[in-house]
Amino acid sequence: MGEEKRPLISVRNIRKSFGGIIAVNDLSLDLMEGEVLGLIGPNGAGKTTIVNTITGFTKPEAGEIFFREKKLTKLPPYKIAELGVTRTFQIVRPYPSLQAYKSLIVPLWSPRARRFAGSRGGDRDAVAIDLLEEVGFERDAYVPYKLASALPLGYLKRLELARCLALRPEVIICDEVFSGLSMSEIASMVPLVERLRMKGVTLLMIEHRLRELFSVADRVVVIDFGVKIAEGEPEQVMQDETVRRAYLGEELEL
Amino acid sequence: MVEEHKRKERLDRGIKARTDRLYAVTSWREIGYLLAPRAGLVLVLLVAPLVVPSLYWQRVLGLAAVYALLAISFDFLAERVGLVCIGGAFMIGVGGYISGSLNFYFGMPAALTIPLGTIGGAVICTLLWLPCLPLRGIYFAVVTFMFPFFATSIILAGGLFRGTEGLSPVSGFPNIWVGVYLILAFVLIAIFALRRLCGEDIGLVFAGIKDNDQAVLASAVNITRVKVYALFISTVIGCFAGAFVSHFSGFVGLSLFAVDFTIMPIAATIMGGPGTLAGPALGAFILAPLSEALRGFGQLRVVLYCFVLVAFILFKPEGLLNWASRKYHQFEHWVKV
Repeated sequence: MGEEKRPLISVRNIRKSFGGIIAVNDLSLDLMEGEVLGLIGPNGAGKTTIVNTITGFTKPEAGEIFFREKKLTKLPPYKIAELGVTRTFQIVRPYPSLQAYKSLIVPLWSPRARRFAGSRGGDRDAVAIDLLEEVGFERDAYVPYKLASALPLGYLKRLELARCLALRPEVIICDEVFSGLSMSEIASMVPLVERLRMKGVTLLMIEHRLRELFSVADRVVVIDFGVKIAEGEPEQVMQDETVRRAYLGEELEL
Repeated sequence: MVEEHKRKERLDRGIKARTDRLYAVTSWREIGYLLAPRAGLVLVLLVAPLVVPSLYWQRVLGLAAVYALLAISFDFLAERVGLVCIGGAFMIGVGGYISGSLNFYFGMPAALTIPLGTIGGAVICTLLWLPCLPLRGIYFAVVTFMFPFFATSIILAGGLFRGTEGLSPVSGFPNIWVGVYLILAFVLIAIFALRRLCGEDIGLVFAGIKDNDQAVLASAVNITRVKVYALFISTVIGCFAGAFVSHFSGFVGLSLFAVDFTIMPIAATIMGGPGTLAGPALGAFILAPLSEALRGFGQLRVVLYCFVLVAFILFKPEGLLNWASRKYHQFEHWVKV
């Protein structure tokens, strides 16, 4: 018992409805320290609502969320990010009028990043360029200086991750970072996720790209209609009859 | 026989193409090239009071500078932070009433009342608008637009500050030169300081809030606090203009809350070039004297004035300064097709 890892984020019995539709119903899940947890489910299952609830962008009607011993449920989004629980947005949220590297000045300016910056705090531009390189931007005199409005989606998804990394996160919640990318772009994102895990960042990944997700995830939670229907290791979950019916469809025979 | 076609080709100048927004300046010629428009602006503003024909036009210049400050303050908040604040009249009113009444009731000199009116007014405006800061776009605009009417009603209903009669006399400046140069200097300081500020890290956070406030929230930045900083900076500029007006006109009354102070800066911003800070000031220095010059037309000048505005919105929505700077950074020539 004593050896068991404690959950880093613990979601307990949260419920959230929009009008008459219950998006998330009495859902609990634990995110262990250092793991990569996949969260999958059909469209409209409530995945993004869970992300929004954990990161404070929507408030749950019932239930509680803890980060270590700290209760997140009542905190505003920026406080939650300040604790090191960061997120990407499924629909990317760049700053169109800023250059790619300048858009990282915003998180680098935050109190959390400044606390970590120490003596190098004065040179945020250099830190920003380093961060962009870390997520796979070319380190040349061209790409990092492009306006965000001129960048293709693949780079904007990386920019989302770079924004999280600028905060020296403990947790990154990735809301479909692979979606909308070409096969080659996804292929280059997978090693990036692996690198993040090596650095000790805990990841909660929402994905529709199951093959890529299963190659990095330690554990998978499946939800449907806001309810958890299965949990476990990827192979084990995919054997589950309810999961296959709900998620993959009846006709799909493996 | 094939007709010969010619086409106008526009090319960015070398310095623009090479250093877009980065300003890696390599020679005195290029420094001069960048410096010329800025120096020109400073020079024109500083020489203007000396060359205008009469005291009357010097006063018009001073008033135009007041509109310029309001336009700069509006432009900064709307285009650089994304807060559309159309409470120009309220800033003028609060700044003016504070400095004017300090002078009228306690006999404090302008050297004291203007700073007090500026800072005190900015604190009051910021605190009153603080609860509205989570509102975005048109909603924040509507709330701020209501405040001058609200203040007028309170003053009338409570008979405060001698009601409709107003406070008079408020002591003026020793002479017209002090007044005009004070406000012109402040216009220049406001333009250059705000442009510098927008390039600093906090200016990028402002831009982030305008572009995508949710992403700024996800970046662990308290956007309400940052908006308060921006609002305070903007109201300092507006309230300074108000405090100045009270001494410049020697009178404090309900006319300080006049809707002109709200509308004219917006018009000047549209005309001068939204987002450029110097452009709105330029717009104000054109519109305010134009409006005076057309005084002879009586009510008809409002029609002409609207005509100018509609024409700008339709045909030059980018505004004068954006257009001019685009032309400045390009050269054109005819090429055979």
